[in-house]
Amino acid sequence: MNILVFVKRVPDTESRIRIRHETRSVLEEGLNFVISPYDEFAVEEALRLKERLGGTVRAVSVGRDEAVTVLRKCLAMGADEAFLVKDDAPETYDGLRTARIIARAVERRFAGADLLLFGKQSVGADNAQVPAMVAELLGLPQATVVTKLEVEGPAATALREVEGGMEKVALTLPAVVTAQKGLNEPRYETLKGIMAAKKKDIPVVKLDELGLGPDDLASRVEVVGLDVPAPRQAGKVLQGDPAETARELVRLLRDEAKVI
Amino acid sequence: MIAVFMETRDGKIKKSSLEVLSEAKRLAGGQGTGTAAVLAGAAVADLAPGALALGAAAVYALESPALADYSSQAYALALAGFAADVKPAALLFAATALGRDLAPRVAARLGAGLASDCTKVEVKDGRLVFTRPIYAGKAFLSLALKSSPQLATLRPNVFPLGESVPPAGEVVRVAVDVPESALRGRVAEVLKEESAELDVTEAEIVVSGGRGLKGPENFALLRELAGALPRAAVGASRSAVDSGWIGHQHQVGQTGKTVSPNLYVAVGISGAIQHLAGMSSSKFIVAVNKDPEAPIFKAADYGIVGDLFEVVPKLTEEVKKVLAD
Repeated sequence: MNILVFVKRVPDTESRIRIRHETRSVLEEGLNFVISPYDEFAVEEALRLKERLGGTVRAVSVGRDEAVTVLRKCLAMGADEAFLVKDDAPETYDGLRTARIIARAVERRFAGADLLLFGKQSVGADNAQVPAMVAELLGLPQATVVTKLEVEGPAATALREVEGGMEKVALTLPAVVTAQKGLNEPRYETLKGIMAAKKKDIPVVKLDELGLGPDDLASRVEVVGLDVPAPRQAGKVLQGDPAETARELVRLLRDEAKVI
Repeated sequence: MIAVFMETRDGKIKKSSLEVLSEAKRLAGGQGTGTAAVLAGAAVADLAPGALALGAAAVYALESPALADYSSQAYALALAGFAADVKPAALLFAATALGRDLAPRVAARLGAGLASDCTKVEVKDGRLVFTRPIYAGKAFLSLALKSSPQLATLRPNVFPLGESVPPAGEVVRVAVDVPESALRGRVAEVLKEESAELDVTEAEIVVSGGRGLKGPENFALLRELAGALPRAAVGASRSAVDSGWIGHQHQVGQTGKTVSPNLYVAVGISGAIQHLAGMSSSKFIVAVNKDPEAPIFKAADYGIVGDLFEVVPKLTEEVKKVLAD
């Protein structure tokens, strides 16, 4: 079982997001960056499959040099190898651009994988586009937002979350699968793992090695605005006898807010 | 022309898709004739009246026995084929589980950009400008697409349903050829949750619980309140989910779901920034918390400072009384 797992470096979920209006971009100063939480479930699933079925786990990130930190985490968790596909472009919010880079990297550098694992979306752009686009570009089947994955020879069954229930998706490998919370409980890195990861080489793949032309790398997304929402105004606070406050609240919801 | 993919469930067009078709009509200057609906399946032409009632000029029924069960590959092939033949200016989807699975594949097949999970769409200088939350709603991004057709998924429960009109559009049946190679992943079975609980993203009211509930058994208090309210679902904070008190499909916030119901009731939730991100776009927010300094009160339209174990049963009682009148 040869598994590729794709990871992204993102601001942690406790971050307060501020905007640099001149460049319509998110201010990076003061942010703490981590591996995107859903990607962590993908890495864990890759490691568990390898432990059960043998094979290799290779972690890949597309991004700037700083993305090496999340690749080191993958190595510390137990990935065999990690690669940085170096892309210095600022966030474009264009999933297709990233998907083209990944699809080309898979064809040229990481051919022969049985399974391509991703987080269901990056925390940040929240696009949930790249994995399905990679699947389409490579002609592979997919299961997205998966909470259970079973691999049996060249076939796999994935449970995916849909509104009000689950869907069982039958896949023929190779395939693309995206991880949802609930798929597993990611392991902590061990000290030994962290020390070993520090010594490992993380090869860099350059975009021009992948033969991507300007059209492949052009963003189809034009950012016309980026802003934080106006803060909500604190409203009425009721205190006192529970029965009275409950009665007053229901009255407000009915007569003032008109929501019940 | 703006085309809208119609998702079906149990032989009916989903409400989320009709919301998108209603928005398409608004974007087409209120002219239903500027819109088309697209169905896909084994035999789906019979479902066309639902879309025609919103004034669509045409309903395209993309049909093949191979489309009987959903397969992202086969459906993407059918939709991209439709887009190449009919050349709509835009092709929109509801940002449901299926829409979010399918639209990126269609985009990749067409080499076009995609705006995901939009909460606002405007026409500016003849093109569409999409606004969508990023960082689960900590910021909003507005974007235009430089490729054609303009592709987007629109968040359910955000866009209002349009009025019905006498149907006048035509139904166009298209036979789709699906090769075996496009069927290597398909839905084999749909498992309904036994309780058939409403999903938090589809509910008009969400009653959420956090660490203040102290244990899994106390979610019963919230289920009772939700049960007394119309179209209400039970949500949870990350700490309640991570403590194993309730399934993660209930989680609201940055590593859970982003919701924008008419009413969000946060019970025993302090209001961590990653939770606030997921529910701040709710129309009205109510907080019940014993700590008057809890950050949730800064976001709440109405708050009760008090012991949730006393307040929530009284609220349920009061809601039942008022709604019975």
